[in-house]
Amino acid sequence: MQEEVYQVKLDNIFEGPMDLLVHLIKKHEVDIYDIPIAMITDQYLKYLQWMESMNIDVAGDFIVMAATLTQIKSKMLLPIHANEDDQEDPRLEIARPLAEYLQMQSAAERLAARDLLGEDIFARSTDRDELLAGRQDEVLKLGLFELIDAFQQILKKISPDDKVRIAADSISVKNRISQLADIFESRESVTFEELFPAGAVKSEVIVTFLAILEMVRLSLVRIVQHVQTGVIRLFYI
Amino acid sequence: MEDIKYIIESLLFVSETPLTIIRIQKVLGQADTKEIHEALTALGAEYEDRKGGFLLREVAGGYQIRSRPEYREWIKRLIQPTPLRLSKAALETLAIIAYKQPAIRSDIEHIRGVDCGGILRMLLERKLIRVLGRKQIPGRPLIYSTTKQFLEVFDLKDLKDLPTPDEIESLGNSFSEIQD
Repeated sequence: MQEEVYQVKLDNIFEGPMDLLVHLIKKHEVDIYDIPIAMITDQYLKYLQWMESMNIDVAGDFIVMAATLTQIKSKMLLPIHANEDDQEDPRLEIARPLAEYLQMQSAAERLAARDLLGEDIFARSTDRDELLAGRQDEVLKLGLFELIDAFQQILKKISPDDKVRIAADSISVKNRISQLADIFESRESVTFEELFPAGAVKSEVIVTFLAILEMVRLSLVRIVQHVQTGVIRLFYI
Repeated sequence: MEDIKYIIESLLFVSETPLTIIRIQKVLGQADTKEIHEALTALGAEYEDRKGGFLLREVAGGYQIRSRPEYREWIKRLIQPTPLRLSKAALETLAIIAYKQPAIRSDIEHIRGVDCGGILRMLLERKLIRVLGRKQIPGRPLIYSTTKQFLEVFDLKDLKDLPTPDEIESLGNSFSEIQD
């Protein structure tokens, strides 16, 4: 028995408890909606023991799953009372996530089986970094202070009498980020000024600026400034 | 107007990114979208008849000339592309985001049962996923979705073009009405 377990383990390093459970279920060819819970729990615990004996750090996730399985097993042992007819099978607690996981696993396999760009199928060079590299000498990476300077220029353009206006339908930074992401998806690069249309309300301008800062922080965009013209451009990474 | 087809062909030949019908229309000036669509269909059919080195693919909402998968080995001798090489774990994570988007990290980890932080960072770096914002729940977790790059790499027209995941009947399940 030990030997068999050892062999399987060699070509199968389980990434997590779900992975191990799927392995056991496939190995014993059981129906996930009718899992022989006692047997699977038993096997699962054996693996854990074995992993511990091999000095493999058993992560907490594995223990949680062991507890869940044991709990289901104990629930199965309880007699079902007549008036609890509609009670659902305790095994569903594990069957549902298993079904979902298996479904996603098959989805992942299908994705991998497609004609992958740069692997099976090729287009003319779409390497944006390479394209940008050719122009690298013309631009310089921009610091936060240049960005704030540019922002102040924009603020100056807003008419001073536009102080505070209470509007219910102001846009959130989050929404603005997704709007900007859409712009970048269609354009690839945008100048800083273009993002602030003339006549925009102050709050809108600020939300846009915050959105840009957040996108930079999450490294979604790269900001560069042209050496000669001083035009600031944002590139979608 | 017969040559519209070849004008479009020349655009496709030069373009490095998939061309949308709207983009083509802007270039052409006149011509309605139906005409462009017909020309694209005719071009695609021509390439299919010819069975040459390339074909016309509809990817990421646009059209692109791509090499035929049969010739991958030859192309790899010409250019050394950096292979995609996504691990099983990365593919699973990507699949979950693709099908469940917009998704937050705990959604993904709930399904996979393991920590996905490192994988998410890698997918972000590879531009296969993007951050849409933060969910307004405690901890304000980041919301992820797939990118246009994802569609381009996986040769998908749009998100609806995603292959339907296998129903899990191979394991002999008794319920087959799991999901659409």
